[in-house]
Amino acid sequence: MPFVTPESTLEKYDVIVVGSGAAGGQSAYTLTMDGARVLMLEAGRNYDPRTETPMFNTPDQAPLRGSGTPQKPFGYFDATIDGGWTVPGEPYTNASDEKGRQFKWWRARMLGGRTNHWGRISLRNGPYDFKPRSRDGLGFDWPISYEDVAPYYDRVEMLIGVYGTNEGLENTPNSPEGVLLPPPKARIGELLARQRGRGIGIPVIPAHRAVLSKALDYKTLPAKLHPGNAKAQRVLAEDMQNRAACFWATSCGRGCAIRANYQSTTVHIPPALATGNLDILTGAMAREVTVDSSGKATGVTYIDKASGREHHVSARVVVLAAGACETTRLLLNSKSALFPNGLANSSGLVGKYIMDTVGAGWGGHIPALEDIPPHNEDGAGGDHVYTPWWLYKEQLAGKLGFARGYHVEFMTGKQMPQGYSNFAEDKGGGTLFGPRLKEEARRNYGSYVGFTGRGEMIPNKDSFCEIDPKVVDRWGIPVLRFNWKWSEHEIRQVAHMRSTFADWVSAMGCKSTERPSKDGTKAIEPGGSIIHEVGGTIMGPDASSSVTNSSSRTWDVKNVYVADGAVFASNADKNPTLTIMALAWRTADRILDEMRRGNV
Amino acid sequence: MNTPSPTRIDRRLAIKWMMAAGAGALLVHPLAFGDAVTSDAGQPKGYGTDPNLMKPYKPGDFWSLTFTEEQRKDVAALCDVIIPADSQSASASALGVTDFIDEWVSAPYEGNVADRKVVMGGLEWLAAESRRRYGAAFAGATDAQRLEICEEMSMKAADGSALEKPSKFFKRFRNLTAMGFYTTPVGMKDIGYVGNLPLAKFDGPPADLVAKLGLTDEVKW
Repeated sequence: MPFVTPESTLEKYDVIVVGSGAAGGQSAYTLTMDGARVLMLEAGRNYDPRTETPMFNTPDQAPLRGSGTPQKPFGYFDATIDGGWTVPGEPYTNASDEKGRQFKWWRARMLGGRTNHWGRISLRNGPYDFKPRSRDGLGFDWPISYEDVAPYYDRVEMLIGVYGTNEGLENTPNSPEGVLLPPPKARIGELLARQRGRGIGIPVIPAHRAVLSKALDYKTLPAKLHPGNAKAQRVLAEDMQNRAACFWATSCGRGCAIRANYQSTTVHIPPALATGNLDILTGAMAREVTVDSSGKATGVTYIDKASGREHHVSARVVVLAAGACETTRLLLNSKSALFPNGLANSSGLVGKYIMDTVGAGWGGHIPALEDIPPHNEDGAGGDHVYTPWWLYKEQLAGKLGFARGYHVEFMTGKQMPQGYSNFAEDKGGGTLFGPRLKEEARRNYGSYVGFTGRGEMIPNKDSFCEIDPKVVDRWGIPVLRFNWKWSEHEIRQVAHMRSTFADWVSAMGCKSTERPSKDGTKAIEPGGSIIHEVGGTIMGPDASSSVTNSSSRTWDVKNVYVADGAVFASNADKNPTLTIMALAWRTADRILDEMRRGNV
Repeated sequence: MNTPSPTRIDRRLAIKWMMAAGAGALLVHPLAFGDAVTSDAGQPKGYGTDPNLMKPYKPGDFWSLTFTEEQRKDVAALCDVIIPADSQSASASALGVTDFIDEWVSAPYEGNVADRKVVMGGLEWLAAESRRRYGAAFAGATDAQRLEICEEMSMKAADGSALEKPSKFFKRFRNLTAMGFYTTPVGMKDIGYVGNLPLAKFDGPPADLVAKLGLTDEVKW
């Protein structure tokens, strides 16, 4: 019985994994495939994308035409359940009321967490991204390098299926031959952006996204991923055959009933369950990691949300994979006589150096794209192309005024209308209506192009979370209080993004003379908006300057590991999910090693 | 609260925008992007955080509707001046946009509550003005009379002028009408959206279009 209740959990597990998203899913997958008995705790409810995904529903079948509300921030059909920047009964606070000092905390309370709705953009960190301080003197180097993680990137890409190409661009690593799936063809607006981008020195290459552009090769991949492990190979081969290739329709944000894209619930959890080694307990809100008198972790205390009752489960090893901030909160709330400031916090650094991704955008109307003949532009339900950061040399030479780069994501084409937007421009200040509105809409639909920048934030002392001394959640668990501040690097980066994008749409023929403000403070998205929060238990070279070591194990407690983005010592412009999975796999390998040696 | 505009696009907005395929004076429900909400006080009832997405929905299922029979008639008439039937597609009211606007202004979310004020006030003004000018409800006025009053409302009105509120109402109402219309299968087809169909392969743009835009070389990576 893989889905257990508080009454049916085992006496003791090898490993408890707190969380079921990218980190929790990968941890559970790797551990159970190698025979470990794992209990996964998930605060939200069970979720089955095969039966719960509204694949072809149109907006007129949803309340408010499917548009976003505080209860479903990305729209009615978005996969997120019991989540968003507010979760009923689960508040958080901000230390400052000041604009620009706020952090918005996204959560998704469901099996698979936010992997059910994410953008599927799967970029490897490059060599520079693990050693940023060595390069420009800012932030922190990781205690590991690209070479340490590369084999795990390979494995994760083979397991989940990532489309893309190897372009050999600076700090934008290639994958080994045969690892990536073929990218989908670019849309017409993406081609135009590519051509005109070249004229102003901006490269455009196929995006890397975790979508099966063709079915996975179930005959060869399992042996590559699990050499010498016949059972794992059999389980994975069988599961891979149950994942269909993308059929080029419906937005990935809804989730995928045919399992063509990566969600923890479509890729990690099904084979992990099939091993028979995984128990999943949903509706379990972890409150505290417990320790014995020697300072070793013994298990996790959680609240069963259905009954409101507290329970305890035991294991040899505890893996925290609840998401950077929730993992941090759990450690800070795990206070005991031995650990009065929270678990693994002898450095005082638990909660410090929270980072998000820097976000801003600009777009425009492109006359060349007016009146294009109708053709299907749905594609892979997300980006087909992107622009990796391209100004490394100029930046290193100090010519840009900010220290770290950004990549660019595109919005083009005739995607399914969902929210309302002006397909037809209002001319002369009046409001267009009547027969002309219809005509203008026909002409203009699909003729807008938008660019969004996704940039690296440098960790700083003013961006951290701590326990709010006064506020508790519905279950009486103390909540997080956030402190936030962007540095000049991020503010200037945003200004650079927007002026670049304005040049770009001009190069594409946009006639608008409107220019973005040179002041990035007005355009930068609030902290937490991009939902790439990492840091809080950063990994480092020693116990005084970091919370976790190069294996993502806490320095203070040798059987507690952090598998999620909390260990990130920097937050490259690359979306963090692929790196989270690669590190989680690596960490799980270390745990298996330690267990084999009897060290934990 | 953020008021998204074409100069302020984040991925959250971008996802919607991509789906909406527009940028001009972009108008997405501002609540979609939320404030930095730090407590859950005052969460509206709404449809909750875990509605059954597979269950067919109709206006009125989650919150009761607002319009009177007279208001429904005026709303339908106004919708159809804004998006009339033509040789290619039906009018807005024929596609259920009246019901959509009713559910929109009746919803408990902050942005909807704000729109309710604008729309209900505007409808009241429209009914009174129509009676004053033409001796008939807006829905009962002639096509020419309805057009006349809409043309006045469509002009940008100076702040503080008598038409300021009607003008703002008209713009908001136009946006809601267009949202309601273009999110139906008929409205999508009208502007050439031909997706939402499973395909064996993704062909990309037609070769003649690629050639016409001078992009043939770009197809090769």
